[in-house]
Amino acid sequence: MSDIAIRAGDDTRRLVQVKRRQDLIFGVVGILVLFVVMGLLMTLVADLLIDGLGRISPEFLTSFPSRRAAAAGVLSAWVGTTLVMLVTAAIAIPLGVGAGLYLEEYASKNLLSDIIEVNVSNLAGVPSIIYGLLALGFFVYALDMGQTILVGGLVLSLLILPIVIVATREAVRAIPSGLRESAYGIGANRWQVMWSYILPSARPGILTGAIVGLSRAIGETAPIITIGALTYIAFLPPAPVTSTPPWINFEWLNSPFTVMPIQMFNWTSRPQAEFHVNAAATGVLLLCMTLMMNGFAIYLRYRLRRTVRT
Amino acid sequence: MNEALHIASPAVTTPTPLSPEATIRARVSNLDFWYSKFQALHSVSMPIHNNKVTAIIGPSGCGKSTLLRCFNRIHDLYPGARYEGAIELMPDGLNLVSRSVDPILVRLMVGMVFQKPNPFPKSIFENVASGLYVRGLRNRSEVEGRVEKALKQAAIWDEVQDRLKKPAYELSGGQQQRLCIARALAPEPKLLLLDEPTSALDPIATAKIESLIADLAHDVTVVIVTHNMGQAARISDQTAFMHMGKLIEFGETEQIFTNPTVDQTRDYITGRFG
Repeated sequence: MSDIAIRAGDDTRRLVQVKRRQDLIFGVVGILVLFVVMGLLMTLVADLLIDGLGRISPEFLTSFPSRRAAAAGVLSAWVGTTLVMLVTAAIAIPLGVGAGLYLEEYASKNLLSDIIEVNVSNLAGVPSIIYGLLALGFFVYALDMGQTILVGGLVLSLLILPIVIVATREAVRAIPSGLRESAYGIGANRWQVMWSYILPSARPGILTGAIVGLSRAIGETAPIITIGALTYIAFLPPAPVTSTPPWINFEWLNSPFTVMPIQMFNWTSRPQAEFHVNAAATGVLLLCMTLMMNGFAIYLRYRLRRTVRT
Repeated sequence: MNEALHIASPAVTTPTPLSPEATIRARVSNLDFWYSKFQALHSVSMPIHNNKVTAIIGPSGCGKSTLLRCFNRIHDLYPGARYEGAIELMPDGLNLVSRSVDPILVRLMVGMVFQKPNPFPKSIFENVASGLYVRGLRNRSEVEGRVEKALKQAAIWDEVQDRLKKPAYELSGGQQQRLCIARALAPEPKLLLLDEPTSALDPIATAKIESLIADLAHDVTVVIVTHNMGQAARISDQTAFMHMGKLIEFGETEQIFTNPTVDQTRDYITGRFG
């Protein structure tokens, strides 16, 4: 009898050993894959930093583009990017969140909503140049809006709308049904349930989706080039705040613009090596802008989590 | 004729006449319920007595929670839910499951506490006040008064009165469930539904909630679903036994547990199945 017990023990031990080995193999493979991916990324970033870091100076940030590489800067590009991102966020986030909430909470589940769901997901995979062509044909030519910051923001918000919608739906779907049931259970109507209970709980997820979308938009070049944004801009859009009433000025929306990726693209296609350095420096700055945006989102998410809990 | 006998459907036997002075808070008659194609309730009829605790017992999947969730139309949140028959809320006889009655109106009159404690991710005070806010009550002192009253009714006031601003998640499971009871009580519902309120709690928290439920019946009519037969025997006045979506027997709790008239009830209560 004890013999059997010992044999069973051996079997169990062998089983444990096999599982240990499997764990080890998977762990090693995982680390290798991680190193490859991180290595590639680090190489790219390091290369960019080595080329561009030395070029970044206050003058680089406060100068307009120039024919002479040493005098050129990215002032109009970073201002343009910032303003275009503002427009994009102001359009894409309310529209995307609204559409996502409607599809998830209000729309009845039928064939039509299924078709819409599939198509929204498909839209996220449409090449960005298609959006650029749409914007060129519709906003620029049909509506005659010109190559302005507003059009740039519109096309980028179209581009990221599917991302925001899908993220919103996922965030709402992840809310435990108990919360929804108890909110309805106290007699709340749909609006109250959504506004007071679902939206606060879904906010961190929605925010993540919005930032993923904006991070994609900030680096987009193709649709912006397609609508015909200029590559050489030696002036700034009118300031959004004025010293005379009504203090807020929306003229900047109709101003021509350039953005960081276009400035980079333009400089990389010049033959002179000095311009390539400028391009690398612009790349570093663009990376910084994206990181700052993500950092802000992480901070917001942290704050929201805290307020949601209390 | 006795009211309870009068409404009993042929499938239900009510041998012990219920006390004639007992008034009826709600009356379920020939209630059928479907989850899309699946019929979960078959012609259920039973009275809910005013200021009494009515327990619904039965094996898993018998439809007891389904029946309870008909009372506040929470089924309507999911597509495919369909009701036939009636749950009339007395004295006006409003049919809670009628298509022409707005489920939100129903939920404004009928409070519910769920199986898992599910406080809102807000403060203790806000949780209890939430039912008042959705009813448009904004007067600060009135809200405060009713929150305090509800917390006292739910026997949790002493434990939370110093930390009303603290998040509800900081409470223990049993405290959270009593908070949920307070939340349901604050708007003074005509009917309080409890769906296995102690199944996620430890024995001490369970005991607290059980003694609380007995006290609650002074102020509110309680319908409780429980899989714990001892609990039903301890705290309820009337008991309904369900099986396979049908009401098998309904009567005074003492009679159901000591002298059931249907064999199935006897088998379940003595632990032969379920």
